[in-house]
Amino acid sequence: MDQKLSNGHANDPPSSNGHQDSSQPVQEDNTLGKMRKGSPDSFCDLRGGPSMPLFGMDIGGTLTKLVYFEPDNIDDFDQAEQQTLRTIHRYLMGSTAYGTTGIRDVHLEMKEQNICGRQGRIHFIRFPTSQMPAFIDLAKYRKFSGLASGICATGGGAYMFEDVFESEVHLQLHKYDELDSLVKGIHYIDRYNLNSECYYFCNPLDPSSCEKMPFNFQDPYPYLVVNIGSGVSILSVRSKSQYSRVSGTSLGGGTFLGLCCLLTGCETFEEAIELASRGDSENIDKLVKDIYGGDYNKFGLKGDAVASSFGQMMSKEKRKSAKKEDLARATLVTLTNNIGSIARMCAKTEKIERVVFVGNFLRVNTISMKLLAFAMEYWSNGSLKALFLEHEVCIRIAICKILLSQCLDFRFVDP
Amino acid sequence: MAHKSYARSIDLPTEQVFHNIRNARRFAIDIGGSLAKVAYSSVVKRKSTMVFDEPDVEGVCGSPIYNVSEMDQEAVRLHFVKFETKYIESCLDFIKANLIKSKEFVHDKVIKVTGGGAYKYTDLIQSKLGVTVDKVDEIACLIEGCNFLLKHIPDEAFCYMRHGNPEYKFQGVDSDIFPYLLVNIGSGVSLCKVESESKFERIGGTSMGGGTFWGLGSLLTSAKEFDELLDLAERGDHKPLDMLVKDIYGGNYGEIGLGADVIASSFGKAARCARDTSVPDFNKEDIARSLLLCISNDIGQIAYLQARLHGVKKIYFGGFFIRGHPFTMHTMTFAINYWSKGDIQPLFLRHEGYLCAIGAFLKGMKDGDAEHYSWGENLAGSSGLASPQHSAASFDYHMRNNFSLLEINRLERSLLPCPLLRDIIGYFPDTVDLTQDGDARDYWLDCFYKNAVKTRDLAINSQPTSPDATERANDFLKKYRSRLKSLEQNPCAFGHLTVRNLLDTSASMLEECLFTDIFSQQKQLENEAALHQLSDRLAYLDGLPLSERLLQLAIGLLAGNVFDWGALEVCRILEQSKSFGLEDAQAKLQKRPWLFDDFDAWRNRMTQSKGSQKPPYKCAVIFCDNSGVDIILGVFPFVRQLLSMGTTVILCANSAPSLNDVVFVELQLLAKHASDICPVLRSALAERRLLVMESGQTSPCLDLRLIDGHLVRTMTEQGADLVVIEGMGRAIHTNMEATFNCDALKVAVIKNKWLAQRFGGDMFAVMFRFEQSQDHRLPQTVAATATAQELTASLLPSPLSSACSSRSSSLASSRSTSPVSSLSYLGSATSDSRKSQTSDSGSGRSKKTSRQTCDDEDEQSPTASSANIPITASSANIPITPRGSR
Repeated sequence: MDQKLSNGHANDPPSSNGHQDSSQPVQEDNTLGKMRKGSPDSFCDLRGGPSMPLFGMDIGGTLTKLVYFEPDNIDDFDQAEQQTLRTIHRYLMGSTAYGTTGIRDVHLEMKEQNICGRQGRIHFIRFPTSQMPAFIDLAKYRKFSGLASGICATGGGAYMFEDVFESEVHLQLHKYDELDSLVKGIHYIDRYNLNSECYYFCNPLDPSSCEKMPFNFQDPYPYLVVNIGSGVSILSVRSKSQYSRVSGTSLGGGTFLGLCCLLTGCETFEEAIELASRGDSENIDKLVKDIYGGDYNKFGLKGDAVASSFGQMMSKEKRKSAKKEDLARATLVTLTNNIGSIARMCAKTEKIERVVFVGNFLRVNTISMKLLAFAMEYWSNGSLKALFLEHEVCIRIAICKILLSQCLDFRFVDP
Repeated sequence: MAHKSYARSIDLPTEQVFHNIRNARRFAIDIGGSLAKVAYSSVVKRKSTMVFDEPDVEGVCGSPIYNVSEMDQEAVRLHFVKFETKYIESCLDFIKANLIKSKEFVHDKVIKVTGGGAYKYTDLIQSKLGVTVDKVDEIACLIEGCNFLLKHIPDEAFCYMRHGNPEYKFQGVDSDIFPYLLVNIGSGVSLCKVESESKFERIGGTSMGGGTFWGLGSLLTSAKEFDELLDLAERGDHKPLDMLVKDIYGGNYGEIGLGADVIASSFGKAARCARDTSVPDFNKEDIARSLLLCISNDIGQIAYLQARLHGVKKIYFGGFFIRGHPFTMHTMTFAINYWSKGDIQPLFLRHEGYLCAIGAFLKGMKDGDAEHYSWGENLAGSSGLASPQHSAASFDYHMRNNFSLLEINRLERSLLPCPLLRDIIGYFPDTVDLTQDGDARDYWLDCFYKNAVKTRDLAINSQPTSPDATERANDFLKKYRSRLKSLEQNPCAFGHLTVRNLLDTSASMLEECLFTDIFSQQKQLENEAALHQLSDRLAYLDGLPLSERLLQLAIGLLAGNVFDWGALEVCRILEQSKSFGLEDAQAKLQKRPWLFDDFDAWRNRMTQSKGSQKPPYKCAVIFCDNSGVDIILGVFPFVRQLLSMGTTVILCANSAPSLNDVVFVELQLLAKHASDICPVLRSALAERRLLVMESGQTSPCLDLRLIDGHLVRTMTEQGADLVVIEGMGRAIHTNMEATFNCDALKVAVIKNKWLAQRFGGDMFAVMFRFEQSQDHRLPQTVAATATAQELTASLLPSPLSSACSSRSSSLASSRSTSPVSSLSYLGSATSDSRKSQTSDSGSGRSKKTSRQTCDDEDEQSPTASSANIPITASSANIPITPRGSR
């Protein structure tokens, strides 16, 4: 894998600058500049040199995704480094949960990964971004700074926490553009022909025969990426090197979770999804048939289309009898349909037929995926196809690999 | 706040809400998921004065020239009432109880019903009212109603600019309304593309609409009513709940120009704090605000996406979600401007909630009926836009919102734009927009407030035999003053605020209180007195050489114009000195050179001296002003001179009374009496070289967009090449900046000290503007070659304008037909380079376009957004502006 990754090395510019001072923000300019030039292979710029345990972070509005590369063999490291590595190992491996909110996704762990010629495994940990101060304390206490001069980071938090990391942990956050990372992550699938990673739902209009089918994501251009995190970004991708953010909305996963928490008192995304899976939004929404007594044929509106989300809640009596599960379901359906509707109009404007939905909102959320598949199919008369990525894992791995490799790139150009 | 009650005030509908219900003729009902609107037509009975030629032997005057008597007159009016659907049953009961007395009730026993509830309530309506319900398609009604309002109500549609001055910019009459996108926000949202009267389609929708705001809002807060939620939202702060860019990035994301306060995730912080007990519960105001913001933004974005997909540049919002709520309008405006970069214009409607009801009502009319007539909003009976900062706590506000009213009068003639206008679309009648000009607004509101007492006294005196005249006049005083107070709070509540509107509102309120022509007797007396002096006046003028006669005719016209009972200062003079006559008025006039003095140019044109090759005018159209000395000793001799030079004259007077202006029926009689004295007038009348016509107007001002259709045809047939506009109302408050495709003479005496000083003159300052049409053509060629610097240099404010607003600086610089005027014209015409092809459209147009330019700037500027104006442009991901490379 790394052999392939290093293919892109030749056209990578960073070393030509001979920038020496790794602690200076020149790195940011350089990397961003590189990204902006649209060199999709730049992240593959790996070179030899000592391997190090490395962190990569994707600090989103709600969730922070931390990736940690742990070398299998730590004998090469000096004493102090070995000590820190062991400390981290004990802390991380001792548990799958950290505090009340941090979770290590054991099932995602990747073994026998070769990065920079060094064998190791990649761990995936996630925790709420609101817990960042606790993580910073941990990093300070465990002396992460002894291991690396920097952590590669993406997401808005890379900017938000840059100063704190530098002053408290003595670690520099090397910032990478989030959407760049995302698009490159998707390219990664294409590049390594990870066919089984991409799928769609056939017969999305018929619940009984609707099922997942693999989609061949070779040469997928142009396509739309709808990244549903706390908010939503919509990218139009024309080729490996050309993409643009065409739209976005603040009504995203954060809105779903926020509203669900307020409406049902639930506390986590999993809990909210679980509630929704048992609910029925028709008790909450006003459907076309609730208003017209049936279909509104003149304009092709089916009787069971939602006319007004939460429309039944205008009635005091109905509010009293509303169940948590139904409220969670209605929130999920409302948000998902809205995202679908905006995505569809963007696809139409961009004249694109393939829409790839990604992001943490879709984690453990088949309801939304099927709804999106339905909405794309139904409202476009079958001309639009909603695509999804298996587990979301693929993308996350790709992003993490990119982060790691870029960190390596950055770290080892230096000497 | 606990003492406030929402929507409880309407349990008992009254005739205060269902105006004139006893005389209702035809009904239509629009029943929405949450709100119902009832439309009905009624016959309004009112008094009208008529003048008769035959002398009344019992008349109090010795030998009256004509007789005045009051008559009953009927007019058709459309009423629209809106209330929550849950009250429909009690409203139907009320309607039924009142209509049993009316024989003509419900024309053919079929009423049109539309809206979702048409299905649900059909049986109820049929059983309650004993009528047949004919269900009509909601979207067809919606669009028909929208088209009707856009075409017939001049100040229906407006842009909203939170940081603009004024905040509201009304669109005016737009004859070219298609294509547009109509976003109807009911419980859910429908988006319709409208290409013509008959061609429209529903192109999309979203389920996140008013019902979502109400439903979710009442789940999340203790508020139970829509307005209560809006009220909460107005006071809330969305930042505790919404995740902003700065919550993720720690500040601005400067690189791509996204402000720190842009919302990344609506309600994104509600979850973060869920288990954190140190965070206090969210307060309901903040929740309501986040919710309103989130839904408004979403609708704005979807509207933009659809408009772009379908290549439509104008978006109108209907439904009853917005309710004139500035925060909602701002959010939507901002969202659309943000996404479209100012390319797509969001427009709101003053009567957004009535589109469907109007459409349903029109469906019940005979084909083409709506088009045969002209329609005008009854300012006295309609509710204005709410003014949230003041009204939230007042009972009136809730009355208005729960039972919001619209009344439209059917005018018995068709009104058309004046064909002599150079640019009909760019024409805006009013000289000063009081919504924009704060000083002028303060002055005029105060001035009308004080004058209202005088008007009341005159009203009482005009009906000495009526026992309840005092009561009705006091009622007028109360209503009018209350209107003036509410306009102080929200100047835009009824559209453009102008002196014309203030005058017209006073007139229609007087009419509501059954006072039709309070100056009737005064006019009669003055007309008689003046007629006695006509022959002496004519003899005096005939004795003068032409050049001097033209000057004395002009002075006579001006002196006559002093006799204006609408001007308080003049009233005092006239009341103190019963013998105040033409000579006295002449003595009051400013001495030449006048404030605006184009007399020499006018004389040159009339005497054809200085090598001018121009023939006499073919046909002159004269819009005259006051009764008495003005029309008889000022205008008639002036008309006579034109006639004797071979010019045909169309003399136009108002169709209905206002102040002491001469009315068409009176003018007919006066012309006849004058022709008994003067053979020139007599033969001209007989040969139809002198035509007395009605203007279609009923105002002391003149809106050339809406004049009598017959007059329009006659102007065209006669090839009118001179328009004369007389008086302060017609030539200063309105039309001062109007440009014509023929020569124009604008004559007035400024009988208001404040206004005169504003123009740099004094009381009784004179405006005598002669605008030759070729003067307008001249700058076009200059404009093509002039550089921007030259234009700027030529537009440096003149000393006169230094005390005035920027708008009046253009007035001051264009006050003569000297090169200064052409340059000012040129400057304004080229102020918008995009519209340079329309540079012949006159200052009215250029004013409009340059204002639009300002709007664009205002909204495009990212700094225009204050810290609490969030937009949703982003996501929790790093948002990036679209890149150039594709």
